[in-house]
Amino acid sequence: MAPSFQEIDAEAQDRWLELTAGDRPWIRIGTALCGQAAGCEPVLAAIEDALRSRGLAANASRVGCLGLCYAEPLVDVQLPGGPRIFYGNVTPEDAEKIVASHVALGTPVEDLAIGYLASGIDPLEAAKAASGVQDLDRHPMRLWETRIALRNAGNIDPKDIHQYVATGGYQALHQALTGMTPAETLEQVALSGLRGRGGAAFPTGTKWRFLAGSNAPVKYILCNCEEGDPGAFNDKAILESDPHTLIEGIILAGYATGSGNGYIFIRHGHEGPVETCRTAVRQAHELGLLGDNILGSGFSFQLEVALTGDSYVAGEESGLMEAIEGKRAMPRFRPPFPAQVGLFGKPSNINNVKTLSYVPEIISRGGQWFAGIGHDKSTGTAILCLTGALNYTGMIEVPLGTNLKDVLYEAAGGVPNGKALKLVQTGGPLGGVLGAGNVDVILDFEILREAGAIMGSGGIIAADEDTCAVDLTRALIAFCQYESCGKCFPCRMGMSHLLEVLERICRFEGVPEDLELMRKVGEDMQAGSLCGHGQLGFNPVASALRHFRGEFETHIQDRRCPTGRCLAPRFTPRMSRRAKGPGGSLVSGGASIHR
Amino acid sequence: MDGLRQRISNAVHGQTQPTVTVLSTLLAVEDELGYIPREAVGEVAVFTRATVNDVWAVASFYPNFRFEPPSDHQVELCWGASCHLLGAMALIDSVFDTTGMEEEGETPDRRLSVRLNTCLGACAQAPVISIDHQLIGRLSPDEARRKVAELLGGPGAGGGP
Repeated sequence: MAPSFQEIDAEAQDRWLELTAGDRPWIRIGTALCGQAAGCEPVLAAIEDALRSRGLAANASRVGCLGLCYAEPLVDVQLPGGPRIFYGNVTPEDAEKIVASHVALGTPVEDLAIGYLASGIDPLEAAKAASGVQDLDRHPMRLWETRIALRNAGNIDPKDIHQYVATGGYQALHQALTGMTPAETLEQVALSGLRGRGGAAFPTGTKWRFLAGSNAPVKYILCNCEEGDPGAFNDKAILESDPHTLIEGIILAGYATGSGNGYIFIRHGHEGPVETCRTAVRQAHELGLLGDNILGSGFSFQLEVALTGDSYVAGEESGLMEAIEGKRAMPRFRPPFPAQVGLFGKPSNINNVKTLSYVPEIISRGGQWFAGIGHDKSTGTAILCLTGALNYTGMIEVPLGTNLKDVLYEAAGGVPNGKALKLVQTGGPLGGVLGAGNVDVILDFEILREAGAIMGSGGIIAADEDTCAVDLTRALIAFCQYESCGKCFPCRMGMSHLLEVLERICRFEGVPEDLELMRKVGEDMQAGSLCGHGQLGFNPVASALRHFRGEFETHIQDRRCPTGRCLAPRFTPRMSRRAKGPGGSLVSGGASIHR
Repeated sequence: MDGLRQRISNAVHGQTQPTVTVLSTLLAVEDELGYIPREAVGEVAVFTRATVNDVWAVASFYPNFRFEPPSDHQVELCWGASCHLLGAMALIDSVFDTTGMEEEGETPDRRLSVRLNTCLGACAQAPVISIDHQLIGRLSPDEARRKVAELLGGPGAGGGP
């Protein structure tokens, strides 16, 4: 007999009390992809060793991404009744010191600490206990934040569903299933003004209405975590930090649209996010929050994790469906649209991870609440990945309407090494660039698009004055060429052509006609491509020319790179995904050697 | 050969998720064996009731599929935009120098395979590489050289320009 929600909640509260009001310290360490890359595993091992050798009892949890990725490995220690004291850039040696001083003796190691969070205790008490350590909420990255989808990220163990429930998780689902109709649930999402966070920014409520309008017995909610944009990792971060906010959002989407089946679509190879997500799905099943007759409501939802091979276009909504069906991720002709003919021919809805992750809070607090955050028709928050030439790289969630220059110079701490900002590349490789003189613009879907850059999936890559805009454009187009699925000639050949021209320009073998040639190729690609990849494929070049035409001309006319950075890459992978057949040398990817 | 066929069969039949497709089955084989043996293609086709052509179509589309037994160690180098801006090219150069390679592939002694990856997902710690699925961020070319030399089993490995 599956437990009732009250029973699940009570159990969760008990366990949470043990963790937070018991007599053991709670040590949390970031083990998401950023933590892994920074070397969190040896630090965790050192902590466990140090605890063991001192015979100290403490709860140690692996948590996800707090967002301060630049400071990973991040460890925080919370003594019973005390604040969370955060340590950054922790080495195994530091870990030993932290255990010896903070855990064993109650004295924080101030010169290793980067901040504290009161985390539920009295703020004055917290400040006192933290003594010389700064309030982490005053850290530039956190100062600008309103954390909704990321409310639990870095705070809870993503592989412990009870921690999610204890902090309010699955309340929204319970509320919807017991006190709201599907139409009322959908209405709240429509009222919220939520728009897709995968790049297209289509109103989510409207998209759900298309699906809700179908009477088909089988309908699918598909969650897109392909996330192939270099520089974007917020979808994977949510899977690794708080997968249940996503799962709850998916089930709510199912309830609101009358769909009983869903898939979370993830790229194979990102082991952390895949495993954490699979564990979360399993745990939700075990508690009756997923599967047949959820919480005794009569509503059933079957959710599965589906993996894709390496293909950026598998992140395009119809490429995604092809991949779940086990085929080559090549986009489909539309119409028919997914809401009529989708996965396995059934009506389907594709939403990005971030979009769905907002839904539980929208249901709990109401659509109006969400609509009150943000700017104009861009409601809610934006979850941004800050990378490149910035002091504070990582992930933040800020209200839409925040100015991009504040994001770059305040939240991200500006450009390191005393360099000037040159450009930002936003929204994935196809998203376009903004020159440093154009970053005084607010984060709003329409306003950004008019400025020539898109929010896309939230990636913001900053480049400093030592970057060659032509070289960066070449690198972006090289990615686009590699990821062309090959179905449409204009994209497949157009991308290769653009790349060839850009490589020549970078080698100082360009000719004046090249710019016009690229423009014409871009025009053909836009007219003749089935999906956004080819349609937007010229965007990196167009927006670079908009802001840095002079640099291109210097390369062509003067055969000189102003920054001196145009080094021909030793090797650029070339893709030709169609030119294969059975037997023989079936090595994927071609080789292109440049000197 | 028997051992190989058994492992292929285990991988193919060992899938636990409800939705089984040509792609999911190929991924399962790749996970188990580190590559897609010729023998597996027919198995996958039979199991999923697809044609051998269909299976090759999928296997050739996704570049993560390999068709030769894996080397002892796998190195992946990110060439995405964030990593590119923070020194990926120098890292790629230093790795290729140390192995004596000019492009993706395996070292002749099959000690090491070096591939490029469009995004390893840890962009805030750029430049990123992965060695045997362990991500390593903020790597310098010298550190990369050292780590790769270690994997190759000693100094002066590979030889190169």
